Amino acid sequence: MAKIPIQFTVNGEPREMMVEPAWTLLRTLRDELLLTGTKEGCSNGNCGACTVLVEGRSVNSCLVLAPEADGLEVTTVEGIARNGKLSHVQEAFVQEGGLQCGFCTPGFIISATALLRRNPNPTEEEIRLNLAGNLCRCTGYDKIIKAVMRASAAMASGGAPAT
Amino acid sequence: MAGFKYAAPRELDEALQLMASAQQPRPLAGGTDIVDQLKTGRRTADLVIEMKRIPQMQRFDVEADGLHIGAARSCTDIRSHPEVPARYAALYEAAGLIGSVQIQNRAALGGNICNAAPSADTAPALLVLDARAVVASSKGARLVELDRFFKGPGQTILEKGELLTGIFVPTPAARSASTYLRFIPRNEMDIAIAGVGCYLEIESSGLVKRARIALAAVAPTPIRARIAELALEGREISDALIEAAAEAAVSAARPISDVRGSAEYRKDLVRVLTRRTLQACVQRINAGERAS
Ligand SMILES: Cc1cc2nc3c(=O)[nH]c(=O)nc-3n(C[C@H](O)[C@H](O)[C@H](O)COP(=O)(O)OP(=O)(O)OC[C@H]3O[C@@H](n4cnc5c(N)ncnc54)[C@H](O)[C@@H]3O)c2cc1C
Repeated sequence: MAKIPIQFTVNGEPREMMVEPAWTLLRTLRDELLLTGTKEGCSNGNCGACTVLVEGRSVNSCLVLAPEADGLEVTTVEGIARNGKLSHVQEAFVQEGGLQCGFCTPGFIISATALLRRNPNPTEEEIRLNLAGNLCRCTGYDKIIKAVMRASAAMASGGAPAT
Repeated sequence: MAGFKYAAPRELDEALQLMASAQQPRPLAGGTDIVDQLKTGRRTADLVIEMKRIPQMQRFDVEADGLHIGAARSCTDIRSHPEVPARYAALYEAAGLIGSVQIQNRAALGGNICNAAPSADTAPALLVLDARAVVASSKGARLVELDRFFKGPGQTILEKGELLTGIFVPTPAARSASTYLRFIPRNEMDIAIAGVGCYLEIESSGLVKRARIALAAVAPTPIRARIAELALEGREISDALIEAAAEAAVSAARPISDVRGSAEYRKDLVRVLTRRTLQACVQRINAGERAS
């Protein structure tokens, strides 16, 4: 099918490119822009490995068509650290060991970042509910939850805001 | 995914023209149903038409007559609107049950209704709130009672060339309350084994003035359980009456057995959920009474 042009912003950088209407945003990010931090898991919106921010809201990029991103702002896990410095959320995942194989981690980082921007001081229950769209087959989740609580505390104690 | 063309019209008229002229047009709102359906070949399209850039589809107005929601408004938008939680509680609750945060950020009200799954969570909520579907084609607009909108699993009354532009929910009466409850094996990320929506209006004397009960996932479409409504209306609210209405709701259900649950199990869920939604509405009405 003929490609169509889109313009969008990815991790703060304006991009212009040609996409096939049937490409997903996930495929566009990974295979065209080589931003392979975003992972493909289930391909149907259940596992959350492909989570990215579109206009600041977390979405499953496997269920977004590339042309839908036209004119919009997209943030992937590659856009979370700033100037080589990990965000509070990333740092907390490292400190708490909130990962094992790491495949689900980019999606969790995005979902946790979106949550803490909206609600900087969530309860454990709120964290679990907000991360329900992200699956992890390794950790058993507890360390992930602890990491988000640690990030929340680090933000509260006056560090630079989580990106 | 098989190839298709893509259009993102910014005017309703343009979208309607595309709907009328394409062989196999598919509207796309949040894409949480249709993208997977296109990927797996359950649906095909020669033209995918994005709804989100059309102003009417993004409408969100609370007016004296009620709530006007554009078909492309997401569950997250609905959950964020200050007027929704108290007055349109059933809708607020249903929108908060769909999928995950990621899904709710995309899933549109119009998409949930037009996908017409028997388990669509916003359907019973909207049915009990007496919602109307606002339908447009190049010939004009029509208002359809939501109760008449669903034809079967995945099938609606929309004709070729027609789009759902929005949902209208009339302002609920004083001394009324609504709620939606569903049962799934975990707290989130699953589809209802059964769901029950309920709207109650109770006079200060305790008489039930109006009752609406709707069921999800226990028939080929979301349905009203009118026999249970009739069991309530004009009678004085009591535990025994609630029990009788719950029993009547079971008789309205025509569930199938599938991987999620047997027909018998679903019927039992209808009884329990109907009782709980009715109790919750009574409590809310009483609490509202004390507050005012
Ligand atoms: C992981 C996951 C979990 C889910 N959990 C739930 C759940 O708990 N409860 C639930 O009810 N659903 C659930 N769903 C299903 C889905 O998210 C909802 O049905 C959602 O509301 C669909 O909305 P959408 O905007 O994404 O629809 P889309 O996929 O964009 O569209 C759905 C259908 O409606 C048509 N359509 C869209 N807009 C219009 C319009 N304006 N006029 C005419 N036709 C139109 C499309 O052509 C398509 O056929 C889940 C889906 C996923 C992937």
